[in-house]
Amino acid sequence: MEATADRIAEQKYSFDVVRWFTVMAVVYLVVGAAVGVYIASELAWPFLNFDSPYLSFGRLRPVHTNAVIFAFGGCTLMATAFYTVQRTCGVRLWSDKLAWFTFWGWNAIIVLAVITLPLGLTQSKEYAELEWPIDILIAVVWLAFTINFIMTIANRKTSHIYVSNWFFLGMMVMIVYLHVVNSLSIPVGLFKSYSLFSGVQDAMIQWWWGHNAVGFYLTAGFLGIMYYFVPKQANRPVYSYRLSVIHFWALMFGYVWLGAHHLHYTALPDWTGSLGAAVSLAMIIPSWGGAVNGMMTLSGAWDKLRTDYVLRFLIIALAFYAMSTFEGPVMSLKTVNALSHYTDWTIGHVHSGALGWVAGISIGAIYHLMTRLWHTSMWSESLVNVHFWTATIGTVIYVVAMWVSGIMQGLMWRAYDEYGTLAYTFVESVAAMHPYYAMRAVGGGIFLLGAIIMLFNILMTVRKAANQGTLREARAGVAPAAA
Amino acid sequence: MADNNTPPKGLQERMERNIWGLLIVLALALSVGGIVEIVPLFYLKSTEEANRFPEIVWNAKEPASQPIVTVSGDGKEQWNWKPGDGVRPYTALELAGRDVYQREGCYLCHSQMVRPFRDERERYGHYSLASESMFDHPFQWGSKRTGPDMARLGGKYSDEWHRQHLRAPRSVVPESVMPNYPWLDDRMVKGKRMQRHMKGLRAIGVPYHDADIENAPALVEGKTEMDAMVAYLQVLGTMAKLEPGVEYRQ
Repeated sequence: MEATADRIAEQKYSFDVVRWFTVMAVVYLVVGAAVGVYIASELAWPFLNFDSPYLSFGRLRPVHTNAVIFAFGGCTLMATAFYTVQRTCGVRLWSDKLAWFTFWGWNAIIVLAVITLPLGLTQSKEYAELEWPIDILIAVVWLAFTINFIMTIANRKTSHIYVSNWFFLGMMVMIVYLHVVNSLSIPVGLFKSYSLFSGVQDAMIQWWWGHNAVGFYLTAGFLGIMYYFVPKQANRPVYSYRLSVIHFWALMFGYVWLGAHHLHYTALPDWTGSLGAAVSLAMIIPSWGGAVNGMMTLSGAWDKLRTDYVLRFLIIALAFYAMSTFEGPVMSLKTVNALSHYTDWTIGHVHSGALGWVAGISIGAIYHLMTRLWHTSMWSESLVNVHFWTATIGTVIYVVAMWVSGIMQGLMWRAYDEYGTLAYTFVESVAAMHPYYAMRAVGGGIFLLGAIIMLFNILMTVRKAANQGTLREARAGVAPAAA
Repeated sequence: MADNNTPPKGLQERMERNIWGLLIVLALALSVGGIVEIVPLFYLKSTEEANRFPEIVWNAKEPASQPIVTVSGDGKEQWNWKPGDGVRPYTALELAGRDVYQREGCYLCHSQMVRPFRDERERYGHYSLASESMFDHPFQWGSKRTGPDMARLGGKYSDEWHRQHLRAPRSVVPESVMPNYPWLDDRMVKGKRMQRHMKGLRAIGVPYHDADIENAPALVEGKTEMDAMVAYLQVLGTMAKLEPGVEYRQ
């Protein structure tokens, strides 16, 4: 049944561009994680900077964040958004040409990022480092992606717009706002510009961008993925429609306010930070709404977790999502933030979200896509299981290392001895971090190993589909062999 | 497609059936938070401490009324500003250092924002004010302290210490995990480029005097990126003289 439906879909929809985005997403997962492991190792063993400007931590760190967020995350979002919108609207993409422009444009941006960032060409705003010519290209490609998505929905055959598409749409609109405003700058050279804003206003705009890159790009978009792929993989309807409506609007309206909590006790006026913290706390409810809705979709089918490795990825991702969206609001409280801010705790929090939630849900969705788009089973199911365990164990080691080091840093910085003087010099806290930095590199390394296994498994699956001719047959419209 | 014929019930269903309606309502809902939190920062007088304490900004009454520093024909510098006179734009050399600071990604491990806590006061100095970064395009407050805060670094160490530390951090701080920056000694600061950078900043509101820009090539003549970096690090946090016991933040 399923196989026949997929073959019909192959005739009806535009899947080539989805296939390319899917494979590139996995390639960038490996690249992004590899750079991450390398820079993590630089902090543990600084000789790895090798006195080279192009390998120094400060220049490679943006390569890591951009590769993971925009290359891996972006390709995953584009693959899944193009796939989901066609299947839930019952129509082909509005424009194949625009979709291919999106693919090549986005990959060109990634290549430009990999070249310019190690050269030190940067606007030095976190996760918005790319210089102004690339920023313009990003805006153009993003609009092409968004317009194609909207027009496909406008052409739909179904009466209602499916919940996944609401989330994708919210993300697309918000990223337009954020990217355009935060990137406003005055060019003073081909690859040098200064932000239009300065000081406190620039700080607020940057963290409005910074937190919503997380809140929309890495959360709303991936909730869109969750709402299509979890019910599909579990073969169950979404647990609650009503819950999805409520948490959708609460997230869309509320998440935008959170950025200010990155600037507690700074020179940002108190009212702004407090407002950000209050809304952050309230965001636990809609966030958990999404997590509960995803997990409860499995009610009555929990036994599938024993056999379905893909479903395991999707569900552990939701568990990490629930955990980090609880941790985030806690860290936004001023008293907690006074300790956690500037420490590795923030890095740990980001990675429980990025490795656990974003990568988890993406990996699950990509494995699901592999079988649907290449019309065959995975080359190795057991390697999917190996990947599940390496990803989970790697993430846990990473996050625990950063929790311990972060809290330790925070406590050491504020510790006083019995004479009322500071108990530690700053560099003593640096030295104390070494074992945790090494542990983090190991955890990241295990996660990277899993990503490499995934890339191998996926390439072998593509080859298997080519050898068996399953994709060719599906494209040609040959009915599947009786099975 | 049967329910295409039934009229939509309520706003939610209207939006679920009309992409343009959904798009418009989304665009509105998504804009509120940013507008409420960002726009007031541009007009509320309480945001910048300089509105209540004009003395923390140099030449607050007449911005750009005199150059920060001029260079005479024999290469002698004549300063119109001295530390403590108030926040001012960066000189060509300091700006070149700041460009390097941005390029090397220093902000990824060093904050420039001291919080009003006892331990931070004792470790770094007076808490930072918004007006102290009013000419910082972009801001460099940072988000992580893998290394210590830089906001009050100026004057704490000698120039020679900074040079040695930037070339080989572990030769002066054995536990440091900072990369070596030997290449800063090999690269020269370019006067023409600094003029272009200063003109760009002036176009977006940084009050440079014409002479500041004219003097830029003379000021950076023969200077390496290392010199520029040290000049920048040494001015951090020294511009405004902040009195203890004064409540600058409301």
